[in-house]
Amino acid sequence: MAFLSTLFSQVINGLQSGSIYALVALGYSMVYGIIMLLNFAHGDIIMVGAYVVWMSTANFGFHPIVSILLAVVVSTTLGVVIEKVAYAPLRSSPRLSLLITAIGISFLLENGFQLIFGAGAKVVPDFLTGPSVHLGSATISFSAIVTIVVTVLMMAGLTFLVQKTKLGKAMRAVSEDMGAAQLMGINLNTTISFTFAMGSALAGVASVLYLSSYGQASPTMGSMLGLKAFVAAVLGGIGSLPGAMLGGFVIGMAEALVSAAGLSVWKDGVVFAILIIVLLVKPTGLMGKPMTEKV
Amino acid sequence: MSEQKTKLVEVPGGIIPERDVSQPPVLEVRHLGIDFGGLTAVDDFDFVIGKDEIGGLIGPNGAGKTTVFNLLTNVYQPTRGHILLGGVDTRGKKTYEVNKLGIARTFQNIRLFKTLTVLDNVLIGMHNGMGYNLGSSVLRLPAYWKQEKEAKQEALSLLGIFDMQDLAEVHAGNLPYGAQRRLEIVRALATKPKILLLDEPAAGMNPSETAELMENIRRIRDRFGIAVILIEHDMNLVMNICEGIAVLNYGRIIAKGTPEEIRKNPVVIEAYLGKKGGTANAEG
Amino acid sequence: MKTNRKTIPMPMRYLINTVLIVLFILASTLFVNSDAVSGYFTKILMVIGINIILAVSLNIATGYLGQLPLGHAGFMAVGAYTGGIFLKAVDAAKATGGTYYLYVAAALVLSGIVAGIFGILIGVPALRLKGDYLAIITLGFGEIIRVVLTNIDSVLGFDLTYGASGLKRIPKITTFFNVLLCVVLSCVVIHMVMKSRHGRAILSIRENEIAAESCGIRTTYYKVMAFTMSAFFAGVAGCLYAGYLGSLQPSSFGFMKSIEILVMVVLGGMGSMLGSILSATVLTALPEALRAFSDYRMVVYSLVLVLMMIFKPTGLLGQYDFSLSRILEKLMNPKKSAGKKEGASHE
Repeated sequence: MAFLSTLFSQVINGLQSGSIYALVALGYSMVYGIIMLLNFAHGDIIMVGAYVVWMSTANFGFHPIVSILLAVVVSTTLGVVIEKVAYAPLRSSPRLSLLITAIGISFLLENGFQLIFGAGAKVVPDFLTGPSVHLGSATISFSAIVTIVVTVLMMAGLTFLVQKTKLGKAMRAVSEDMGAAQLMGINLNTTISFTFAMGSALAGVASVLYLSSYGQASPTMGSMLGLKAFVAAVLGGIGSLPGAMLGGFVIGMAEALVSAAGLSVWKDGVVFAILIIVLLVKPTGLMGKPMTEKV
Repeated sequence: MSEQKTKLVEVPGGIIPERDVSQPPVLEVRHLGIDFGGLTAVDDFDFVIGKDEIGGLIGPNGAGKTTVFNLLTNVYQPTRGHILLGGVDTRGKKTYEVNKLGIARTFQNIRLFKTLTVLDNVLIGMHNGMGYNLGSSVLRLPAYWKQEKEAKQEALSLLGIFDMQDLAEVHAGNLPYGAQRRLEIVRALATKPKILLLDEPAAGMNPSETAELMENIRRIRDRFGIAVILIEHDMNLVMNICEGIAVLNYGRIIAKGTPEEIRKNPVVIEAYLGKKGGTANAEG
Repeated sequence: MKTNRKTIPMPMRYLINTVLIVLFILASTLFVNSDAVSGYFTKILMVIGINIILAVSLNIATGYLGQLPLGHAGFMAVGAYTGGIFLKAVDAAKATGGTYYLYVAAALVLSGIVAGIFGILIGVPALRLKGDYLAIITLGFGEIIRVVLTNIDSVLGFDLTYGASGLKRIPKITTFFNVLLCVVLSCVVIHMVMKSRHGRAILSIRENEIAAESCGIRTTYYKVMAFTMSAFFAGVAGCLYAGYLGSLQPSSFGFMKSIEILVMVVLGGMGSMLGSILSATVLTALPEALRAFSDYRMVVYSLVLVLMMIFKPTGLLGQYDFSLSRILEKLMNPKKSAGKKEGASHE
């Protein structure tokens, strides 16, 4: 039974970290779907969100709800500002330039925060506290429950937004054909800003959930988290929202299972190996659409 | 040209109605077809062209003309049918291998090596004409010097077809539009093809440029003894230069014949102008 | 083309250039080894040289081939560990005379070859993918190299890389002369390849892959070739790095390092070897010259990257490349002549 309960708690761990990956992966996927950019800075938006929570709870002693809202608002704003300042001027440039810019922004945030706050991790006191759930010998922590529930709600909300609302339709139109969408009277700038806002808001939520399970913020936290979420997005099929969700959970579970097998030092290696295998076997990912270049 | 030919007999599938059958065709295409998803883009495409012949491929926009070129160069792999190039089936070959076998092309939306010089563009076309290996280039062995020198001379002489020698050191992207189209033709010729595929070579050219181009296409055919297939919307050019024309609509050949026959063909007129009919100097 | 400029005939050019380069190597080695130059300064020069090789090698894949590999530090790591382990195994520190130089040369070549093999292994599958996907897959590869270097000992059951604690006591074989020779050889070989049919084939892929293929270029082959060359020289640089530091840690070869090299290439101008050389020099020397600046180094790097892309995406020098002969010809022709600069790239 001990083995089963270890396995069970690892599965819950997997779902919990998978949820965070999925939320972050959604941001990568949405942005890629709309402007074909791998937004390397996306992971670092989570880092900024986490620092906002740390500042407002540990330094200013704000109520957790206020900190959470602040984190989401700051993340959202940051995402939109980055797009306006760094990506918008390059909309007609080669993709390589845009990608290099995104890497630059990512490094700027990481090193900027390191310069301001130091390289060390900031410990954030528990701010989401509640009862754990006991199932037989296994325990599910409160933060795990919150993370999984919030993620599911967010996904449902996003799906509704993209499928049913006018802005969601505009988003889908732009990702299908930017030129044609513009001719149909869709405001490109608004739609792109909206996409970045939504992706970054999800990143803000992810930063809160991340803190609730790991409890500390550091300048480089977004880099590995971002890279893995990004792997999740590619695994699911970049540009596909259900794919990003699926990819996030798969990566989370894979990590948990590798740890359960006692190989946790190889965790990162396994994630990237999955990435490479997927790209080689099915470059469009599990749920992506094939892309062909017109000759 | 055609008056020199002896046996003038109709060949099934040929687009030159009275082509010389004493020599085997350079290119023979049988029942070629391709589907994208469930959509049939090209179907049952039959086509034969011999040495020294100029054929035209016309049809309304979206009829599948460029798709045929992409099939002939194996950019797309056909779903059905065969392409025989000098008797060799090109099925499964890579685009570069098809080029080595003798098909060179230009592109509808010009694809030059823009930031390289005109000369380099042509020299890249001559890549397979040179054979020296990596060691020869690192150590600058005699093979390198000899072949590079010859290649450069030949490249300049090819540029001479369009009087472009003086532009050799200009970056291809800085050339005027018409010159870019001409450079694409030179680059294609540099690969020493047996068949030259020209995708809308006169697009964007004014009438005098087009007339000059027409003359040059004939000269190229005569000088290199190659077959030329061209896609063109300029009916004047097509009717003047082509010995045979195939008309494509919805991915199928709806008519084949001499320019004269195509001009009068009611099916063609209908495809271009819709059911009500009209004059035949239509332009798609 | 048809002007009456005096030009130097080709083989003559190469003779002149070779003589000039040999003189340059001898003179600068004598100068650096003299008392006029401090040990500290020599060390900086060595790091500059290593970074130049890294930058010009990445420039092959980024500038010439037009791809964006994000795992260049991975190839460097492979070279560094190969060189380090080899030098320790043969105990090069104890060797003398000819044997010593043989070991050094063997270490450098071996590092390059092993990194090159990794280049082929990762390049063959990765180069089937385009643009962004290639960037990701190389990034993944770089990270895997790091994880493997950290943890491989526990799998092998004996000490090979000494994991996170690092490979220590590597014979310090790297001298100013070694570095300079490697820099010159790398630049010359890359230059020779690029100014040949093989180099033009690589450039044509960057310019327009579909057109290149339809001109008869075996695009996959040349992509892998460029990628492998890039990895080879990164491996050589890694070996020099191992022999310079004397100890290696997997964490020094992370994503950060790859980006540092990328900044050098982007700043200099993707596709310009001279640009890579200059920016590698400046970006290495500047933090040393301005000690206070070194804290801000990475912030400035990232700002440079972003501003460069927005305002001057072609880099400082675009695709301009240096030519000794061109300068000599300018001097021969009665126009205003440009100043003579040092540099290893030539024609």
